[in-house]
Order: sequence, then structure tokens, then C-alpha cells
Amino acid sequence: MTGLGLLIPIALFLGLLGLAAFFWALRDGQFDDSEGAAARILIDEE
Amino acid sequence: MASQPALVEAPPVEAKESLFAVPGIHCAGCISKIENGLPQTPGIRSARVNMSAKRVAISHDPALTPPELKAAIVALGFDAEPLADPGQDVAAAEGRALVRALAVAGFAAMNIMLLSVSIWSGAEGATRTMFHWLSALIALPAVAYAGRPFFRSAWAALRQERTNMDVPISIGVLLTTAMSLFETLRGGEHAWFDGAVMLLFFLLAGRCLDSMMRARARAGVAALLKQTAPGALVLDAGGRSGWTAASALRPGMRMIVAAGERLAADGRVVEGESGIDLAFLTGESAPVRVRAGDVVQAGAMNVEGPITVEVTAAGADTVIADIARLMEEAGQGKSRHVQIADRAARYYAPCVHLLAALSFAGWMIAGAGAHQALLIAVAVLLITCPCALGLAVPAAQIVACGALMRRGVLVKDGSALERLAEVSEALFDKTGTLTLGRPVPQGLDRLGREDQSILLALARVSRHPLSDALRQGLEARQVAPASLDRIREIPGEGVFADHDGVAVSLARPRSVVSLFGLASEYRSGERAVLLHFTDALRPDAVETLRELRSIGLKTLIASGDRPEALEEIARATGTTAVGHLRPADKLALVGRLQARGEKVLMVGDGLNDGPALAAGHASMAPASASDASQLTADAVFLGDRLAPVAVTVRAARRTIAVVKQNFALAIGYNVLAVPLAVAGKVTPLVAAIAMSTSSLIVIANALRLKGAAK
Repeated sequence: MTGLGLLIPIALFLGLLGLAAFFWALRDGQFDDSEGAAARILIDEE
Repeated sequence: MASQPALVEAPPVEAKESLFAVPGIHCAGCISKIENGLPQTPGIRSARVNMSAKRVAISHDPALTPPELKAAIVALGFDAEPLADPGQDVAAAEGRALVRALAVAGFAAMNIMLLSVSIWSGAEGATRTMFHWLSALIALPAVAYAGRPFFRSAWAALRQERTNMDVPISIGVLLTTAMSLFETLRGGEHAWFDGAVMLLFFLLAGRCLDSMMRARARAGVAALLKQTAPGALVLDAGGRSGWTAASALRPGMRMIVAAGERLAADGRVVEGESGIDLAFLTGESAPVRVRAGDVVQAGAMNVEGPITVEVTAAGADTVIADIARLMEEAGQGKSRHVQIADRAARYYAPCVHLLAALSFAGWMIAGAGAHQALLIAVAVLLITCPCALGLAVPAAQIVACGALMRRGVLVKDGSALERLAEVSEALFDKTGTLTLGRPVPQGLDRLGREDQSILLALARVSRHPLSDALRQGLEARQVAPASLDRIREIPGEGVFADHDGVAVSLARPRSVVSLFGLASEYRSGERAVLLHFTDALRPDAVETLRELRSIGLKTLIASGDRPEALEEIARATGTTAVGHLRPADKLALVGRLQARGEKVLMVGDGLNDGPALAAGHASMAPASASDASQLTADAVFLGDRLAPVAVTVRAARRTIAVVKQNFALAIGYNVLAVPLAVAGKVTPLVAAIAMSTSSLIVIANALRLKGAAK
């Protein structure tokens, strides 16, 4: 049972980390141009 | 330019950001061409393409004017129009707020569900209480954050003494959360945090999809917009010219309007002679000739030679602004439309709340304690909470809008689909709606191959609408342009050049051929060929009108044109046509029809149709329509065919049918579960299963609309 006391906070922390990362990406405009992001990979940088 | 060199050493002045709509962006090559090409223009710092929105954001010196930036994009081979003030940003911010709420609800729902599963599989005593407390810890902030869109809308409705779908949702979520908290405090057996948060998650998923779909349709429309001129070159007393923004133009100023530019203000021509394209106002494709003393309107395109115009009215006093005001007033009727979900909520919410109250009273009378009776009442509220109901409408609308978008119809929002499904009479404008709205050259095939290629080379030089039409017609026939020497364009006359030593030209006919027909003349040496142009009917206009009648719609043509010009089209389509209508007359006609109980679908393109588009129960505009009309219309259709109008009406009707089925399924499902709740047998596990299954059923039913736009 003491394992739970450790594991649950860790699980919640990791989940929150993911949530924070998503918020960060959203604020950064990572999802503003999904079509463009798909096309940009094809651009050759010389 | 003399003071420029001093600036080179100075620290860089603050860069300005300008937005341009570039509809031609469609591949990675376009992106790199624009992003690498634009900074090579002096003064442009950087450019960033947004391919989904078909927009380019340019960071540049404030000294660069919009026409110069536009020229830089055009030089790279793309059409571009400045986007003055994109009103989409508000909608985009709303969409992002919804996605954030969805993320929070999703995170909370998953974690609470994990804890709940352990409780259902037998956690007891102190462990269960701890899990309940943990759930509460996650659920309370999540409900407070993710529930805001619902609480706000419910509160707004209640304050106006109305009710909408968000009222029962808010009551259900808040009561469930409060009751669960109470149970947790006293160490009870059941807590429904998982139900409350999962409900929010499902509903937010529906809202997010809805807002994403609308944002895509709106971005599609914005990319088509041909913005009115953002400003003009103004002559000062000393004869110098400087760029002045449209908002700073004042009566009395003199502006120089080059060929191919739009006027930024109403005025009177003081110098020069040209053709003015007034299609945005009248819907007529033929340019109107103007010379000194003639009146010209803001938004008109100067197609031939440069003219100097004295401003008589600017900004809010222009003819365009007047029509815009008329449209705004006419559009207020539309906001009275009550969406189907809210209409359903009007009956559903009181039933549910009454049922919950009755079960509370019933259990009290039966001798159960107040606490147990309250628990059961909350269970009734939770099980009847319109989870599937909240998804019933958006799920169907999203699938239908997506299907229509693939067919080239951009529907702006869900309520538009509901109104489109209800229309009983379709009112069509003529020019630009039933017809293509642009001159189409006739009898090109009679010309020889060589003549065709010379003609294409000549037509490419000019921006005159007839030249444009010739170029499009010839390019469609895969004609390759011939090489010409000494090409020159004489404003108001035509394009002249030499081909293998023979003088060739594309010019205004020397004789007056007919009063109303459009024509230009192709000359090669001594030979002269008259080229006729007509505004052709859309290829499937006749069939589309017949189809609309076959699905029970009355049809009527309302045009600003002369009645004689309507005769042919009325006979071809078998439809009554009314002519000589000014914008206010069209508006009055729509009003009369609506007063008679008809629900009018207005299909039009010109600014003169704008007020009628706003007043109609529903409205559609072709993508070639004026900006204002596209912004007002509920749906915009792309391409040369009229068929999308009939397709949209049919798809809208099918969508509403599916929405109603969804309501029936969701309510039917709830009715099955309600006896369990009233009997006090609903545990959090039963509630969770009931909620997910009914949502899945509703979504699966909505997916049947995928082929709705066939």
C-alpha cells in the first residue's frame, strides 16, 4: 500500500507534465498550420 | 530617396506586420518560393506562410506600402490581396480556449477514471476514501476550468430568462460535483466525480470539433476575399504624390488611380478617361466608361488607364458603407433563429428537472431519508444529463459540413445548415449567380491556330476584363502564346504589337457594333475579326433550378437588369423573373415573401444583393461574389457550377433528419436508464457506461452523413 503513496503522485505529475507541454505547444502556435507543417518537411534546404 | 542612405547606419526601425491572402498556395514549393523569395525585396525582413489559412504574414519596413508588398508577391507568380483586419482572430482565440478546456477535462477524466476503476474493483475503507479525496482534488479545479464555456452560456441565457442546452448541463455537472464532494466528506460509498468530468470531456469534444469546422470554413472564405483598396496615392498641392491609408482620405483630396487598382473612396474624375468595373455594385460585368466629371464609387476597379479622382466621400460616407449598414440592419432577423438544440432543451430541461424533483419527493414520501432521496435525485439528473444530446447536433453538423466542403461548399456554421434545411423558396440573382458573371468569348474555334496563339500573347498583356476572358478561354484550349515584338498597350484603345513584321492588335472595335453586346476586335495586317463576348449561363443552371423545384422549392429570379435581358433566361429555366430591382427593392421583395410565410433562400453575388442575402432565411453566394456578399452568406460555393445549391439544400435536410434521429436515440436511451436511476440502482459504474455508450451511438449515427453531399 505504501507503493501507492509514491506511484499516484508520480503518475499525476507525469500527466500534468504532458498537459503543460500541450499548453506550451498550443500557445507557441504549433497547431496553427497543420497543412503547412506537413508540407514543410518536403522543402529542400540548400 | 535622398534621405535613405542615412537610415542604413541607424538602428533598424520597428518592423510592421502585414497579412496577405494568397489563395494560390498549395504545395511545399509555393511555401519555400514565397518565404525565400520575398526577403530578397528590399525592405521585407521575413515572410511566414500559413498554408491552412492560405495567408502570408510579412514583416517589413513601415515605409513599404500595401501595393508594393502586393507587387512583390505577384512578382513571385502568386495572386495576393491585402487582409486589412482579420476578424477571425477572435474566433481563433475562442477555439484555442475550447481546446485548452478539452485538454484539462481529458487529463482529469483519465486520471479520475483510473482511480474509479480501482474503487469499482473493490477498494474499501481508508483506501476508498483516499481515492475519493484524490478524485475531488483533480475534479474540482478541472470542473471549474473546463466547465466555464457551459456555465457562461447558461448564465447568459438565464439572465435573459431563456433556457438553452447549457442550462441542464450546468445544473447536472454542478449538482453532481457538489453531491460527490458531500459524499467524500462523510466517507460515503459512491462519488460521481468521474461522471461529471467525463460529461464535460464529451461535450467539449463536440464543441471543439464544431469550432474547428467553422474556423476552416471561415478561413476558406477569407482567402477568397478581394479586399477593397486599403489606400490610395494622393497628390498634394506641390504635385507630389504620397500613399495615404483609406481611413485618412478626406473629401477634396486628389488621388491617382492606376489601371488595375481599386478606388479607396467615392469621388469625381477630374482627369483621364478609363473603364471602371462596377461589378461589385451592379453585378454587371461590362466596364462602364468614365471621363472627367463622372462619378465613381469606392471599391470599383479601374481597368484601363490611369485617372485622377477628387474624393467626394470617404470612409463611412461611401456608397459601399451605406449598403453595409443596410445589410447589418437586415441581418438582425437571422439572430432570432433559435437553434434546434436549444429548442429541444426548452422542452427537455423542465422534464428532467421535474423528474428529479418527483423522485426526490417520491422517496421522501416512501420513507427514505433526505440524504438518500437527494442521492437518487442527483443520480436521475446525471443519467438524464444531455451528454449524447450535446453531441447530437454538432456531430451531425460536422460530418455534413465536412462532406459539403469536399464538394466545394463552405458552410459557415451549424445554424446555417438548420436554416438551409427549412427554406421553401429560392430567390436567384441573375448576373454572376445564374450566369458566370464574366464575359466568355464566343466562336474562338473559328480562328486559326496561329491567330489563336497571337491573340493569347496580346491578351496576356492587358488587364482589361475582355482580355482576361480571352486569355482564360485560350489557355483552356491549350494554346501556346506566340512571340511578339514592340508590344504596347494604349489605354482605352487596346494592345498593339508586331508579329513577324505584320502589325497585329487586340483593340476596341472601330465601328459601334451593338449597343449592349460586348466585343473587341482582332486585327492582323488588313484583316479584322470581331470577337463577341456574352455572359454565359452557368453550365447546369437549368437542371439545378429544375432539381430545386423537384424537391419542393419555389424559384424566382430577381435582378437589377433590364426586364428584356431577363426574358431569355426566364424562358430557359422556366422561372418567373423580376427586373429593375435596386438593393433596397430586393430587400423589400425578400421581406414580402417572408411575410407571406415563405422561408427564402437568397442566392446572389453582387453587393447589390447584400441586404437581401442578410435578410433571407438562409443565403448562399458563389466564390466569385463581392467580399461583403461572401461574408454575409451562410454558405459560399466554389466553381462554375450551380449544382452545389441543390446539393447543399438536400444535405442540410438530411442533416436535420439525422439530428432528429440522434435526439430520439439519445432520449430513448436515457428513458431506458431513468427507471434504474429512479429506483436508486445507478452506481457511478452504471452512469459511466450509460454515458459513453449513448455518446458512441450518436456519433456512429452522425457518421452516416459522410456521403450526404453526393
